[in-house]
Amino acid sequence: MLDFSGILLFFTPGYLVSLIIFTATFALFSLGLNLQWGFTGLINFGHIAFMTVGAYTTVLLSMKGVPLVLAVLIGAMLAAGLGLLIGLSTLRLREDYLAIVTIGVSEIIRLIALNEEWLTQGSRGVYSYPLPLEALTRPTLISKLGMIGIWTAIFALAGWQLWRWTWQRRDRLGQDTREGTQPGQIGKLTLSVATAILGLLLYWAGAVSLYDYSYKAGLMLVLVTVLALVYWRLEALVRSPWGRVLKAIREDEEIAKALGKNVFWYKLQSLMLGGAIAGIAGAFYAWQLSFINPDGFIPLITFQAWTIVVLGGAGNNAGTLLGAAIFWAYNSVTRFLLPAIAPALHAIVPAIPPTLDEGRAGAFRIMIIGLLLIVLMMARPQGILGKKEELSLGR
Amino acid sequence: MVDETPHASDPVESLSPSDGQDLAEVKTVDRPNNLPLPLLAASGLIKSFGGLVAVDQVSIDVTNGSITGLIGPNGAGKTTLFNLLSNFIHPDKGRVLFDGEPIHQLQSYQIAQRGMIRTFQVARVLSRLSVLENMLLAAQHQTGENFWLTWFKQKQIAAEERQQREQAMTILDSIGLAHMTHEYAGALSGGQRKLLEMGRALMSHPKLILLDEPAAGVNPTLINQICDRILTWNRDGLTFLIIEHNMDVIMSLCDRVWVLAEGRNLAVGSPTEIQTNAQVLEAYLGQ
Repeated sequence: MLDFSGILLFFTPGYLVSLIIFTATFALFSLGLNLQWGFTGLINFGHIAFMTVGAYTTVLLSMKGVPLVLAVLIGAMLAAGLGLLIGLSTLRLREDYLAIVTIGVSEIIRLIALNEEWLTQGSRGVYSYPLPLEALTRPTLISKLGMIGIWTAIFALAGWQLWRWTWQRRDRLGQDTREGTQPGQIGKLTLSVATAILGLLLYWAGAVSLYDYSYKAGLMLVLVTVLALVYWRLEALVRSPWGRVLKAIREDEEIAKALGKNVFWYKLQSLMLGGAIAGIAGAFYAWQLSFINPDGFIPLITFQAWTIVVLGGAGNNAGTLLGAAIFWAYNSVTRFLLPAIAPALHAIVPAIPPTLDEGRAGAFRIMIIGLLLIVLMMARPQGILGKKEELSLGR
Repeated sequence: MVDETPHASDPVESLSPSDGQDLAEVKTVDRPNNLPLPLLAASGLIKSFGGLVAVDQVSIDVTNGSITGLIGPNGAGKTTLFNLLSNFIHPDKGRVLFDGEPIHQLQSYQIAQRGMIRTFQVARVLSRLSVLENMLLAAQHQTGENFWLTWFKQKQIAAEERQQREQAMTILDSIGLAHMTHEYAGALSGGQRKLLEMGRALMSHPKLILLDEPAAGVNPTLINQICDRILTWNRDGLTFLIIEHNMDVIMSLCDRVWVLAEGRNLAVGSPTEIQTNAQVLEAYLGQ
């Protein structure tokens, strides 16, 4: 007998709100990586370091009485400062060295957090720190409606963007995408409809939980607002001449140099801005967990961000958001689905036990996500929103 | 064998109004006056890689307004000399003066900003950017390249972009790439890449362009087109230093030719002088 009742939990507003918070935190985190790698070509395998710095700075400062907004900004600045340090010491080196050094730095930062107990309480972790909107336990109807208004505005804007993307006639290079690429258009339409349905579901869940106000709903609203702002600014930046220089560095930094661009400085800016964004994501990571210790900042998290960026298509901010949504949707769906279908799997493959304990199920899910990535890379190596023709270009 | 007397011919005198027409907008460099100043003067350049001295005490100068050639057998150190002049490789010793100022201490991007743009032996393009974006990147002093100004000066940036787009289109038109404007640069053929590279160099309003083998691997018709462009741009006041193995190109374009062999200066003179120089013939054809 299959028991799918667990899956219904998935569709309760409370669970969806948690899912939105996780997704948005990782989307923010991955947007920083996408700027560094997707747009500038910097191989950063230590992205979690920025998040660690952001999270601990925010939490520790706010415990000392620093206002939250200020604490987050200082956290972001320190994360950017870490980017500056890494950059000054490594960006002159070749790309693969940068990858090795960044992963090393992220481990150093985690080990500092583990061992400097006077500051971080080591593995015992930090808890009961101030959270945003904590004082707001029973908002008035007006403030509830105001929050739902903001929520609606963000979703309306996102919907409008989706609409424009679906029906746009010209792609980034100004070519007509409709003519001759009907299959592409159908794929695009399917993706848009799926995104729209998912969006409506999330909108409903968010609006309902903002009305039955809980702390998580407030955090979700703040986070999604910050994510929307960061996304909007990043989109403007990568379309500006500034972003053009970053893309030029990604393609061939010698050309950028030969045309008078200070490549080193632009790489630093990219590393610092991406780091600052990850630092802000770190603050939200700490707030949603309401307890942090160094175990939450292992290198695996960096590679989850890489998965998200690669899934969506490198150098595409919308793709990164989509990648984060898919990653967490997969993560949550399988959390419920896998135990439910385990008996059936057991009937087919006896090697799979009929009841999966949490550890095994977790490992199994990660295996499947790896498999899915391999399949995706074979079928669509450019990522979901990437452009296939870009892969066939010679250097 | 180094010729110290300034080069006499002045290409600017023969400027016909119709020729420079299509580039009238993009011209920024002042017409070179009748004083043939050396725009670029390098002396005593030395660079060794391990035990190999690739460039040994090389001197070169490029007269303002000229098209100067740089030839020599393979491995003579021509491309290394380009790298030293543009500081893509730092010289062990030697001085480089550009426009009267020493530049050998500057970073390569600073040299480019001062108006000396180099191209590459194997044409390099930004593959996953459009041809137009390749061109736009080259424009100098862009307000929108400053991180903070992208927040506060959006109107000015939009206006600049429009203006640069027009300039880029004019140049693309003149090099025959207008129909490729919105294609990925990576989709261009080898010859088209050479043209794009030159157009990109022009887009930055330089004083001097260092061209590394503009005619290599290019079909004869396109070679003529490239030579034509170089002559037109030169009449508009641009100075060129050109590495080339194709002697027809060197003979038809250059006012003066420098010859390198085995990392040393071998000869300098007018194309006809060089063609009849016994040492040069020996270096090219062997003893």
